[in-house]
Amino acid sequence: MKKSNRELLLEVKDLSFKYDKESVLEDINFQLYRGDFFTITGPNGGGKSTLIKLILGLLPLQKGEIHKNSIIKDPLEIGYVPQNTNINLEFPISVLDVVMMGNGKKHNSIKSFFKIGYSQMEIECAKQSLARVGMQEYLHSKISNLSGGQRQRVMIARAICSHPHLLILDEPTSSIDMQGQKEIYRLLKELNKDITILVVTHDLTVISHYANRVLYVNHSGYLHNLHDKRFRVDDNNHFCEVELMEILGAQNG
Amino acid sequence: MAEILHYTFIQNALLAAIMVSIISGVIGSLVLVNRMTFLTGGIAHSSYGGIGMAIYFGLPIFLGASVFAIFSAILIAFISFKERHRLDIFIGLVWAVGMAIGVLFVDLTPGYNVDLMSYLFGSILAVSREDLLFMTILLIATLLFVHRYYREILAVSYDSEYASLRGINAKLFFTLILIFSALAVVVAIKVVGLILVIALMSIPTYIAEQVSNSLYKMMFIAALLSTLFTLIGLILSYNFDLSSGASIILTAASSLLLFIIVRKIVS
Repeated sequence: MKKSNRELLLEVKDLSFKYDKESVLEDINFQLYRGDFFTITGPNGGGKSTLIKLILGLLPLQKGEIHKNSIIKDPLEIGYVPQNTNINLEFPISVLDVVMMGNGKKHNSIKSFFKIGYSQMEIECAKQSLARVGMQEYLHSKISNLSGGQRQRVMIARAICSHPHLLILDEPTSSIDMQGQKEIYRLLKELNKDITILVVTHDLTVISHYANRVLYVNHSGYLHNLHDKRFRVDDNNHFCEVELMEILGAQNG
Repeated sequence: MAEILHYTFIQNALLAAIMVSIISGVIGSLVLVNRMTFLTGGIAHSSYGGIGMAIYFGLPIFLGASVFAIFSAILIAFISFKERHRLDIFIGLVWAVGMAIGVLFVDLTPGYNVDLMSYLFGSILAVSREDLLFMTILLIATLLFVHRYYREILAVSYDSEYASLRGINAKLFFTLILIFSALAVVVAIKVVGLILVIALMSIPTYIAEQVSNSLYKMMFIAALLSTLFTLIGLILSYNFDLSSGASIILTAASSLLLFIIVRKIVS
């Protein structure tokens, strides 16, 4: 995995962000390459979700630059699984409806005005993305009848429904039991074969097992290239959980 | 019982009851899933300001109430974008100021002794042809809006952040839903009055939400239940000589209680 011959997908340069006067992010720099399993970690309130929202365009840029490769300029080319997908549980909505949301607006034409519901092609597409996350049998289930892990899979199916090049997930396993967490990460590993993955997580096992690069964000950012070397003496006096994990991993393994 | 159906005012009342029930079932569902019930309550009460002004300036009541309610809806939408965490205070203000404006304008109207109670608790037996026309137009507009923009409405209601990532203008749809709920409130005032309108828009929709797996079904069931409660309430009010608005609401509330008990026993 030499990054020099891989395609640059996203580049973040000197990115800073403030809510009112409180600085949340300071001079974040990193590159995302095609095929990466990139994780962002760091303490709560350190600015991880803010960084993701800036990349998605949900928050306006204040200072710095975000360059996107032309293949992910179209919003449909970026899939997103938000944090806290357990809100709005009472909502009367089926798995199919949720997944279809990933495709965006209905096409505007006289013919489509008289149509009720989804076209056969759209339903096929939703079925395919549900099959990829192993949820094809739940097409017509009400979303509130699913377990947390199943619901999260549906959210992933929604995110990959438009066949994106990049999949961004914000703490996808924060409210799921251990078994469900493992399954989600196994699924992400599988999806990573053809989709670049950017995931916010606290889970060090995930970082050590699946990720190739880790950005530690606590207002400022520090980028780690995992698997390059097991442990590196730091040049900036930086030491966080990622170094700790590497030391422990080196001793154990 | 059958002979009363020959009276025009009874026919008008039944037509109005059915149309208002369908409107409040459909729009009430949107209000419920978007958790706008309190917002709609504010709009309902503030629309009395429009009623008072319409009486003072000699305009059609529906026109005054509608314009005022739409204005309140846009104001509340604007506040909820700017001051989300202090929204309750501002809604309380819109609520009270609207009513106060209404009371003052009625005071200022010379020689006019308005029956405030009929606006607070409804006067379905006094439905006019103009009222029916207004209801018909709103019913058609509501169904067209929901049919054409069902996907956008669903996306914005369920997950507005995700909807905006997919190019849907979440704020616009939030505001449109509030405007439609303002208009639904205005027509429902005729049937149950502005104090009871929130119950009419939330009881059938709450039951419908529990038994539906899609927003579309929820709207359909809510409209059906709403029609049922309204008609039963009207029959009761006729037979026992009771206020129609209160009879409708108590019919709906007892059905809700029954629904909750049955569901507890079944599960």
